[in-house]
Amino acid sequence: MTTVPRIVEVRQNVLRHNDEVAHALRRRFQQAGVFVVSLVSSPGSGKTTFLEKALTLLKQQCRPAALVGDLATDNDALRLARSQAPVKQITTGTLCHLEAAMVDRTLEGWDLDDLDILFIENVGNLVCPASYDLGEDLRLVLLSVTEGEDKPLKYPTIFNSADVAVVTKMDLAAVVEFDWRAVKASIEAVRPGMQVFELSAKTGQGMNELLAYLQQKSAARASPAS
Amino acid sequence: MHELSIALSILEMVDEEAQRRGDVGVEAIHLKLGPLSGVVREALLSAYELASEQTRFAACPLVIEEVPISVYCSNCKSERSVRSIQCFCCVECGMPASEVVHGRELQISALELAE
Repeated sequence: MTTVPRIVEVRQNVLRHNDEVAHALRRRFQQAGVFVVSLVSSPGSGKTTFLEKALTLLKQQCRPAALVGDLATDNDALRLARSQAPVKQITTGTLCHLEAAMVDRTLEGWDLDDLDILFIENVGNLVCPASYDLGEDLRLVLLSVTEGEDKPLKYPTIFNSADVAVVTKMDLAAVVEFDWRAVKASIEAVRPGMQVFELSAKTGQGMNELLAYLQQKSAARASPAS
Repeated sequence: MHELSIALSILEMVDEEAQRRGDVGVEAIHLKLGPLSGVVREALLSAYELASEQTRFAACPLVIEEVPISVYCSNCKSERSVRSIQCFCCVECGMPASEVVHGRELQISALELAE
């Protein structure tokens, strides 16, 4: 006699552990009043240059800090440390993305009450980081003008997982004949209604608008409209 | 390529679940997978094969059910499919829609246990 297998429902999210850690982090960030912004992009899209400038500018008004993920080096953390803001490196080894537990571990030793805004720079990768919640309030996806206007169509999942898109290296737009309307259309197709910012961290174009937007979002979270 | 760590998590969770149920044998693992999960079916299947080798799950297949993307269409006031992952528009009325209802799943839905 052959036995018939019994099917039992389980319904467990595979990333349950990450989601739990991310959820706990989000609660801690809220209690401490820290607004958390994560950055995802391909390698070389300008995450670190943006952060360098953003930390320096924000330092004049509030208490920013950053965690930067990288596969092997601490070059980015050294670059960012020049802003005088607290910066820590998360070296992931061979791992292609950050997970909530790494953020949690790296925060050890920092008093969150001393911070107003925390940036988490993910590893340069447009695939894997999409799956992992890091407890952030806002996820920015960066895309540089040299990457091609159809990048959002090629990587729809990461664009869909993000809240805001930032088109970087706008100072090179004319040289590469960047088609602003085409990139806006690709973003709109994969994430209707997504807000898009233009940025050149090098010249400062769009910097104030983006930082003002982040501060406005941070203030809105601190005192939600009744 | 994070499918290997996903496959290892699946095995770990199923092992825990099987032990919790009195160390029963598992004959198949059913997984729901959405295109917005960031996990690729083929890569996950190869990773699973590799990860389950020489474990008690070596002969236990991973059965993947693909969950299509659906969104809430505020025009139709109802859950609808989208034209494609590159075009988040309601298939019925064509209105852009970004509120995802299904498609992010990465969930162990059921286990087939040996009696």
